Amino acid sequence: MSAKLADPVPSAEHRSRLEKKTGFRLSATDKFISVVIYTLFSLFAFACVYPFYSIIINTISANDISAKGDVVFLPKHIHFQNYVDVFKIPGLGTAAMVSLGRTVIGTSLTVGASAFLGFMFTQEDMWGRKFWYRFTIITMFFNAGIIPWYLTMRSLHLTNNFLAYILPTIVAPFFIILVKTFVESTPKELQHAASIDGAGIMTLFFRIILPISKPILATVAIFAAVDQWNSFQDTLLLVTESKLYSLQFILYNYINQASSLSTMVNLQNAGSTAMASLATKQTTTSIRMTVTIIVVAPILLIYPIFQRFFVKGIMIGAVKG
Amino acid sequence: MRMRNFGIRSMSMRKFLYISPFMVLLFTFAYYPLYGWVYAFFDYTPPIPLSQSPFVGLRWFRSLVENQVKIDQLLQVIKNTLGMSGLNLLFSWLPMVFAIFLTEIKAVRFRKFIQTVTTLPNFISWVLVYSLAFSMFSSEGIVNGMLRQLGMTDSPILFLQNSDHVWLTMWLWTTWKALGWSAILYIAAIMGIDDSLYEAAHVDGATRMQVIRHVVLPSMLPTYFVLLMLQIASFLNNGLEQYFVFQNAFNKDSIQVLDLYVYNLAMGGGSYSVSVAISMLKSVISVVLLFSVNGLSKMLRGESIV
Repeated sequence: MSAKLADPVPSAEHRSRLEKKTGFRLSATDKFISVVIYTLFSLFAFACVYPFYSIIINTISANDISAKGDVVFLPKHIHFQNYVDVFKIPGLGTAAMVSLGRTVIGTSLTVGASAFLGFMFTQEDMWGRKFWYRFTIITMFFNAGIIPWYLTMRSLHLTNNFLAYILPTIVAPFFIILVKTFVESTPKELQHAASIDGAGIMTLFFRIILPISKPILATVAIFAAVDQWNSFQDTLLLVTESKLYSLQFILYNYINQASSLSTMVNLQNAGSTAMASLATKQTTTSIRMTVTIIVVAPILLIYPIFQRFFVKGIMIGAVKG
Repeated sequence: MRMRNFGIRSMSMRKFLYISPFMVLLFTFAYYPLYGWVYAFFDYTPPIPLSQSPFVGLRWFRSLVENQVKIDQLLQVIKNTLGMSGLNLLFSWLPMVFAIFLTEIKAVRFRKFIQTVTTLPNFISWVLVYSLAFSMFSSEGIVNGMLRQLGMTDSPILFLQNSDHVWLTMWLWTTWKALGWSAILYIAAIMGIDDSLYEAAHVDGATRMQVIRHVVLPSMLPTYFVLLMLQIASFLNNGLEQYFVFQNAFNKDSIQVLDLYVYNLAMGGGSYSVSVAISMLKSVISVVLLFSVNGLSKMLRGESIV
């Protein structure tokens, strides 16, 4: 059962083969249904992809044509000036560093802590194991609320503090469940053999558990990185200093005030070498769309490569819990 | 013997000591914020610290219903919360149907393409969703551009400022973002169906629709039941981000769910104490809901969900 859950694709192909072999009868109704299914799925897939696609082609088209709404299916007069200009907005570079920093540091610590705790919660002789495991898991099902959380974070001096992006995310119950489930599925003999050889708990963790848990840790890392990169609410609540703004937060601000930014970039360009031509002159729309693509790019790039990890993650999580 | 017992005991304690720093972190960020609930019982106005704020007992809880204006406002927020959660609940079967028909597709590459593409929106933030929405539907957006080019409109349609169909558009965005991802669990359930069931159905001369109804659907119901229960348990927790980013002066009345209302009261209006009072009521009701559906699940299926 669990093997099938973990890897659904071969089974699906097997089923298709089976149906081909045994040959379910295709009535006229069935054919009609097929057409409807294909059409609906294609439309929905289009709705999922087109927003990204249309923004990308608009950011690389001549800005004056784009502003007229003429770029619909193909880019026109391709140029990449927008991606150069956009970094002239003060704060965007800093925000990129903040987002990158919290993603790298936060993800490393979350993965490390999830691996360690997931492993430790399999240690049946640990004092109060059941209690501490429940103590951890139950936090998935309640929270004090946004404002009480904000007030206590403030009392801990975690407002306008980079640590506020990192510390609360280190212990992540869902990831701990994923690792614990994985470790429980590995052969116990490995751990026993190492213990008999006199390995301490730390040696066991670093030498045995970490190497064999790589697949699940990769999954956890991807999930954690996406969470960190996408995080918006913590900046909204806890940060007022612009040097700690994340890309997501900056993007939100830009959507609401992009017109003043485009004027500023245009003034900078006018002051430097040549007058910007209409095609590369920054408009409200060009700035907003370009920043959008910069913020979404990491997700679009890693997503096709790591999609199977996401799927694996949700499966294991679901089987368990 | 005693020595050995002592050794085991200390090993067991040592293991706990290793995880204790993490338990402290967890306590600080998941349990300690509950202490923030005390603000609901004080007249707290920053910058005066809590220690110097007067204790007011249940005043803020009473103030929620003290006059008609406040009652109306709170009722509207509750209506929005229940309305939008209700819409999501009403269409909670959609991922299941999505999964059933997706697995009916025989062209493997097409099916994989659809699955990959429709899962993508789940991984972008609500800010990005709003940015996409803005690019598509604002007055200068792509959709208005197309309509103008086609000569169908003279003045742009203000989709995002519309206050008439907020519940529906919020449901549409939620569905756009989550449908493909939510279907994965059901796809897994379908893949887990024993092939012999299909063979038996074929021998009995079942049509495709009959197979779906009598073989596929029953095998997905346990998953559906668990997810439905969890959805009911989080009925009051719409989350803040989606509604915050889509909020504007025009649609505020119909988009404010409890989470957003609480945020606006405190961070916008500075009414921290009232806001915490509402938060507290919300959390308590949510926990009661969770225990109720858990009990219901134990009664109906003999299994708890948490």
